[in-house]
Amino acid sequence: MKKLLFVALFAPLVALASGTEVHLDKAPDKAGDMAALQNGAKVFVNYCLNCHSASYMRYNRLRDLGLSEDQIRDNLMFTSDKVGELMRISMQRAESKSWFGVAPPDLTIIARARASEFGSGSDWLYTYLRGFYRDDKRPTGWNNVVFENVGMPHALWELQGQQVMGEGHKLSIAKPGKLKPQEYDALVADLVGYLQYMAEPMAQTRKQLGVVVLLALAVLFVLAYALKREFWKDVH
Amino acid sequence: MALDDKVDCGRRRLIVASATVGGVAGIVAAVPFVASMLPSERARSAGAPVEVDISKLGPGEMLTVEWRGKPVWVINRTKEMLESLKKTDDKVSDPKSGKQMQPEYCRNETRSIKPEILVAVGICTHLGCSPTERFKTGAESGIEADWPGGFFCPCHGSTFDLAGRVYKGKPAPDNLEIPAHKYLGDTKIVIGIGQDGKEA
Amino acid sequence: MKAQMTALLGWVDERFPLTANWKAHLSEYYAPKNFNFWYYFGSLALLVLVLQIVTGIFLTMHYKPDASLNASGVPVAFASVEYIMRDVPWGWMIRYMHSTGASAFFLVVYLHMFRGLLYGSYRKPRELIWLFGMFIFLALMAEAFFGYLLPWGQMSFWGAQVIVNLFSAIPLIGPDLSLWLRGDFVVGDATLNRFFAFHVIAVPLVLVGLVAAHILALHEVGSNNPDGIEIKKKKDANGIPLDGIPFHPYYTVKDIVGSVVFLMVFTVIMFFMPEFGGYFLEYNNFFPADPLVTPQHIAPVWYFTPYYSMLRSVTINFFWIDAKFWGVVAMGGGVVILLFLPWLDRSPVKSIRYKGPIFKGAVALFVVCFLILGYLGMLGVTPMRTLVAQVCTLVYFGFFLLMPIYSQLDRCKPEPDRVT
Repeated sequence: MKKLLFVALFAPLVALASGTEVHLDKAPDKAGDMAALQNGAKVFVNYCLNCHSASYMRYNRLRDLGLSEDQIRDNLMFTSDKVGELMRISMQRAESKSWFGVAPPDLTIIARARASEFGSGSDWLYTYLRGFYRDDKRPTGWNNVVFENVGMPHALWELQGQQVMGEGHKLSIAKPGKLKPQEYDALVADLVGYLQYMAEPMAQTRKQLGVVVLLALAVLFVLAYALKREFWKDVH
Repeated sequence: MALDDKVDCGRRRLIVASATVGGVAGIVAAVPFVASMLPSERARSAGAPVEVDISKLGPGEMLTVEWRGKPVWVINRTKEMLESLKKTDDKVSDPKSGKQMQPEYCRNETRSIKPEILVAVGICTHLGCSPTERFKTGAESGIEADWPGGFFCPCHGSTFDLAGRVYKGKPAPDNLEIPAHKYLGDTKIVIGIGQDGKEA
Repeated sequence: MKAQMTALLGWVDERFPLTANWKAHLSEYYAPKNFNFWYYFGSLALLVLVLQIVTGIFLTMHYKPDASLNASGVPVAFASVEYIMRDVPWGWMIRYMHSTGASAFFLVVYLHMFRGLLYGSYRKPRELIWLFGMFIFLALMAEAFFGYLLPWGQMSFWGAQVIVNLFSAIPLIGPDLSLWLRGDFVVGDATLNRFFAFHVIAVPLVLVGLVAAHILALHEVGSNNPDGIEIKKKKDANGIPLDGIPFHPYYTVKDIVGSVVFLMVFTVIMFFMPEFGGYFLEYNNFFPADPLVTPQHIAPVWYFTPYYSMLRSVTINFFWIDAKFWGVVAMGGGVVILLFLPWLDRSPVKSIRYKGPIFKGAVALFVVCFLILGYLGMLGVTPMRTLVAQVCTLVYFGFFLLMPIYSQLDRCKPEPDRVT
């Protein structure tokens, strides 16, 4: 009876929950896939790092992805030569603000910032980067399904081609790009995987260490509990 | 607990075991906190090796670069300057560079890799002032009549010869520090990386 | 060796009450032997306090309270947190400990307070323990509020903006008070720096002092227990309570077990889900503070949401004063009314075990409403939700204000002589 009452009291809450639904596609999980993350790093440095800084990320941290300092310096660094430096950009914020309406945000932790009740940050980014479509009403000529009236043009348009918004809010490719749709999706998956990694480079370490600490505490628990039982024998 | 109670061995063993394991756990837990005070990636990046181009450094000339916040001198010594080192052998307190103020590959007469090029940290080993160059020989130097050339620290009067070796009887105890360095080709030196390629 | 240690201890004891205090507060402090699960949370709260202070000290070594923008256009304070996460050896672990610890602190303290409610630990002669505890609760809320601004993310900034603006609702002095609190016309660098001073030293000192007072007051009268009976009423020939056991070693050893279990749960959260679905580390706070962009949805951190709900539930302008002000009164009242609990409960028995069905029903209703208020505080406002929040707020206040009546009407059971 008490349980029924309890459930009855809380059931109406379901009706009160949530706001407007936003549908996000599920981003493929690329964590731990070094080849994918390296590819993602390459795409990031070539297509994004011109306008967007990643100013908390050091180039030499990319050793996490199985790259040597020389490989990083030769393939992924275009502006600076010190591999210990941060991924800053030379574009001036005042200028970029006047060009795009808003200065392109720093992307280091964008994959954490874009998480919501509708999906992870990766899901948002995966949908966003595949959701650009032509819109002549916008100054850049581009709009986006998850970020309405975004100030960013479609940086990867040459690869994806040009999508248009059709009947029933459906996107379709009007002019194909250099990549086929599956190839483009795979590229974006790698890029988003890289952004997920860059947002928290120590994520794998954290989980591995968590297992070790938990096991150590389990050992401590056994000892502590034995100690407690031993002393409490005296108490009646 | 009266002194004549029998010691409960089982309980004592358990207490000791728990205390030991707990103590070890505590020390292990403290390690990350203590380690967090070590130089961060930012400090290590700022302290990264520095490259110096000596193609334009003529004989008898000296240039200064900054490495890890310290001035590092690079001097292109002339034949006379190198000769003078034999004369200062018995005036300096550690002529053979016995004390480890330089990497092994610089424990030699000239305290350098290439005989002419001296790379030395420009900080007096007494209390940290930066000595001035006194390459002019003799009375002109303003130090003494038979001054063979070297460095003079204005703070407390320590003097060093042209290999950075400290004179006897001066406040400074040691020769000038020679930092780890290596040559990238003939005219480029990188300071902060040793001959073995490892960062200092 | 033993003789030398004894001599050393003797030397100290002649000059400092070391052994005397050890006996009074540990080895000869007799606590009831029937402490149950609900009695872990006091020592756990102390553990979390120590954790927060230690991790806080190490964070302060690297954090910079500076709202100005660095070369990449990111506020220095925000960037310094990411510096800790990436560049400081083990910085990420210290940061996650501190963020998880903040939420853990409130969970533990709420459960600790609930224990007090269940067993009447606030009743005479323990009113002062309860009052000190309530001041600790207030100080803790202030500490969390000041601390939350420091990462200087979007939620940090706008949460502070909203709360400080609440003070401007106070008639006559409101706007000037807000200006004084902020140190500027809008939450900015001045605000950040003073909140840093409050969070790092001012409030922690107050907290430590209050915790000491809380424990001293407790030890003066002795602990309550789940049966709500006074163990000091039945003593043996030596003056030791029959149902009492020395805190050390029995409860020190038991609390160690409790601490280890707590740390296991803490570890799981900290290492595997530090964000906890956005409840412990809010997603929007990974965007740096932007005074020109207001987030669509500003909600306080989960531990403030019950009181936030009460604030929003007041929508009528009473006596020509803004509803906003009355909302602040309701919110503040919700906390302040707890202070009066010792004098509102007129039941002849202390513990819920021996109280009647009215009180038990009231507590159940109170808990349900508190949880609903907490849930609603995380969501946006709709007319339906506001109505529910208003009902729950009334129940919340009713629980306290009607207690003098229903606690006396209740049909209680007889209390036992000895603990069960």
